[in-house]
Amino acid sequence: MTRYSAWAVFKNGFSGQKNWDRQWRDPEPKKEYDVVIVGAGLHGLATAYYLAKNHGIKNIAVLEKGWLGGGNAGRNTTIVRSNYMMPGNRDFYEHSLKLWEELSHELNYNVMFSQRHHVSLVHTPGARDAAARRYNTMRLTGSDGDLWDLDTLKREIPHLNYNSARFPIFGAAVQKRAGSARHDAVAWGYARGADMQGVDIIQNCEVTGVSREDGRVTALDTTRGRIGAKKVGFAVAGNTSRLWQMAGLGKLPIESHKLQAFVSEPLKPLLDHVVVYGVGGAHFYISQSDKGGMVFGGDLDWYKSYAQRGNLPMVQDVAECATAIMPCLGRVRLLRHWSGVMDMSMDGSAFICKTPLENLYLNGGWNYGGFKASPGSGWYFADLIANDRPDSVIEHFDLGRFKRGVIIDERGAGPDPKLHG
Amino acid sequence: MIRINCPFCGERDHSEFSYGGDATIVYPELDASVEDWHEAIFMRENIRGMQSETWHHANGCRMWLVVERDTMTHEVKSVKPAHESYSKVLVEEKP
Repeated sequence: MTRYSAWAVFKNGFSGQKNWDRQWRDPEPKKEYDVVIVGAGLHGLATAYYLAKNHGIKNIAVLEKGWLGGGNAGRNTTIVRSNYMMPGNRDFYEHSLKLWEELSHELNYNVMFSQRHHVSLVHTPGARDAAARRYNTMRLTGSDGDLWDLDTLKREIPHLNYNSARFPIFGAAVQKRAGSARHDAVAWGYARGADMQGVDIIQNCEVTGVSREDGRVTALDTTRGRIGAKKVGFAVAGNTSRLWQMAGLGKLPIESHKLQAFVSEPLKPLLDHVVVYGVGGAHFYISQSDKGGMVFGGDLDWYKSYAQRGNLPMVQDVAECATAIMPCLGRVRLLRHWSGVMDMSMDGSAFICKTPLENLYLNGGWNYGGFKASPGSGWYFADLIANDRPDSVIEHFDLGRFKRGVIIDERGAGPDPKLHG
Repeated sequence: MIRINCPFCGERDHSEFSYGGDATIVYPELDASVEDWHEAIFMRENIRGMQSETWHHANGCRMWLVVERDTMTHEVKSVKPAHESYSKVLVEEKP
């Protein structure tokens, strides 16, 4: 397969850019694989990529019920950051951000990672103190964090509502290395990278059953036949519980909720940063895509659901937040809105862990945080599958943490999944 | 918009209500084992399909309701008061 370069573009120019290779193959499933990953989203594809790249396992299949990158990979607001404070999250998200910084080079694929700053507004002295604690913790653990006073914020982002806001803006907590990336390019880049190393990406292949024998998974029944597996990894956030029950494993500390996001008509450059607004009942985050659309989102729809479509009360809620913090958006028209199904976990943190079955591994429970986590998630999930033990960075991302009493509750919201936004 | 037929107020938009959670959870006795509490507090069946769940009519009569709703289609099958004593009152009041 062609390595992308300026030279390749030049060379293909002689034939009108019409003779590029396909980016990945469309193989028939084999009878058996060393590792089968269920779910060709960002996490599944990244896992396959790092299994092949870091651990030399080549006989891998990634099964996808629809098309690759068609689930939550294409249903997010593409924000990348590592401003987590809790032990367990801190190292993991920082490692993931470091992978993001080199990802385009690593994959030979432009994922358009743009470190445009993540600007989290603060509205009260208490919020400023809390932000100082969080961002100082980040600075002490190998990351970056800044506090902007009001003058700096006004200079950087002049068109926020500084005049008549119900909750006046005090300043902002800023992570400068954070930003956004192009979601499709990440999925395609990992898919191409995995495929180049011999990974079979099998689309339109829904898992319908899990065969077990002596505490092991032996094969997966799919809509494209039975596929044997020496090791199996689930990476299907949103539908983790369903697959878990197919494997006969019962309940999980997860509920599926839906989260909406929105994009406006394209505008001229308006917002250079990712801006987050959260005070009182408001929860809102916005950035501008390279095409000019304002990409934004807010809270969950507040009730459990597997439907990949949003409901109207939250559209209104998000629109209210948008006009409260950026009144200049008042007459901007909405282009599209969409909804994805989230694994909302009981403490708002993820799972990358072993399971009660010997050769089954779980990756899920990503709440709001799946997009930014995907490189790190793939990295450590691959390491877990290859070596059959969790790295120390992810050892707390296991299912037993609730029983041990070491929950990783970044928001302090308690065991109610819908509150971990 | 989901429409919920509140037994006290009539059919209303779901935006008047606040979602509670899984209505099938039974909390154990206070001195029950850690395992029992772990099961009740943290573990969920997370059904795709018809599930029994609690809703609070927060901007209405403020009663807790048990709603049977499909988590895929959002179709509401039944709505009844969460507390049995209120069900009895409703039946008795009917002419």
